[in-house]
Amino acid sequence: MIETLKANLLSPIPLAFALGIVTRLMRSEFSLPKDVYSALSIYLLFALGLKGGVELAHASFDSIVAPAGVTLLLGCITPLSTYAVMRYVGRFGTSDAAGMAAHYGSVSAVTFIAAQQFMQRVGAPAEGFMPTLLTLLESPGIHIALAIGAIQRNKQLLALGGDKNAHGSVREVLHEVLTGRTMVLLVGGLVVGYFMGESGWNAVSPFFESGFKGALMLFLLEMGIVAGDRLGDLKKVGPFLLAFGIVMPLLHGAIGVILGAWAGLSPGGAAVLGTMAASASYIAAPPAVRLTLPEANPTYSLTAALAITFPFNILAGIPIYYSIAQAIAT
Amino acid sequence: MLTHSFKLVTIIAEPVLEPRITTELRRLGATGFTVVEGRGQGSRALHAAEIPGINVRIETIVPPEVADRIVEYISKQYFADYEVIAYLSDVQVVRGEKYRRAP
Repeated sequence: MIETLKANLLSPIPLAFALGIVTRLMRSEFSLPKDVYSALSIYLLFALGLKGGVELAHASFDSIVAPAGVTLLLGCITPLSTYAVMRYVGRFGTSDAAGMAAHYGSVSAVTFIAAQQFMQRVGAPAEGFMPTLLTLLESPGIHIALAIGAIQRNKQLLALGGDKNAHGSVREVLHEVLTGRTMVLLVGGLVVGYFMGESGWNAVSPFFESGFKGALMLFLLEMGIVAGDRLGDLKKVGPFLLAFGIVMPLLHGAIGVILGAWAGLSPGGAAVLGTMAASASYIAAPPAVRLTLPEANPTYSLTAALAITFPFNILAGIPIYYSIAQAIAT
Repeated sequence: MLTHSFKLVTIIAEPVLEPRITTELRRLGATGFTVVEGRGQGSRALHAAEIPGINVRIETIVPPEVADRIVEYISKQYFADYEVIAYLSDVQVVRGEKYRRAP
């Protein structure tokens, strides 16, 4: 496992990410223009969706059913376990616990892409339909977590004699999650890719394939900078959340790998599924949580997701999940 | 030139609130609005934007009674939990009918 860890640290994605963090530690003012950052994320997500759609057209229904089932199961397990640990071990309030559950129940698409690249590099590519599983895992976590938060909150308000005026309606949150950039580009890309098939893909692949890894490096450089910006917040969150940000992904990652292998995924596929379960969303979840649970402190969830769990997964988590998958396979 | 007295309502908020606030502005009687994005930091500095420090400034020119309704709504709805400020200024405009919703 140590060898895989070392090899991972010296590969393009972690190096670009580390450079981003170092840039901030050096107090450099540099960052990518906001529009370039947005454009890169659109490119990456759409390329991911398209490729996934093309591959989905080849996959047999039988090969996807079991992985899709365990993915949905993971979508229920991760927010519930996060909520329980935050509430009963960390003694956080219901809103903060539910907010964190939404972040850790959802997926970080960038971590997912990094995991796919890692599997390709070590010669254990994941199944082509993995982006479909990503979209399946993206939203149940957020909804379960927000539902817990809203129910608990209404209970407290009623107990205090307040009126039951929830801030965000279910409809608004659904709309926010389903029309967010990640879902539109991924699901849209999957559908377009599915219908355009191999010949359509060949026409656009020079653009979407040859630039992919370079764009990913640039994106990770900026993610390093954004994570570096949050490093100062580590002092505010305390030792519990520091430990939480590393132990939780390890736990969810292991569960994901085991369920993935059980559902018949290859070692690479099981490791990517584990990575998805281990990752925490910092794009789709924060606005949804902010609108529904306004009293949850975003410093906790964003710092844990972006400054602890994300770097941990990129630098060490992915090789660890792959090692677990290999151990199960042999 | 003949000008009319109106109020300029300026709201500076976390970007996540933009769709909600702009929808509410219309409901409360504004005929239009302008949104610009910018950087800054308030007393709390804890909002949930993907890129830290981004805020939106929402401006609308409305009759005084609508301005009062808007500021009251914003303060009741958002001041407790969000990073939001709102303020009013006096402005003189030509074409006064442009900023007044037909009853």
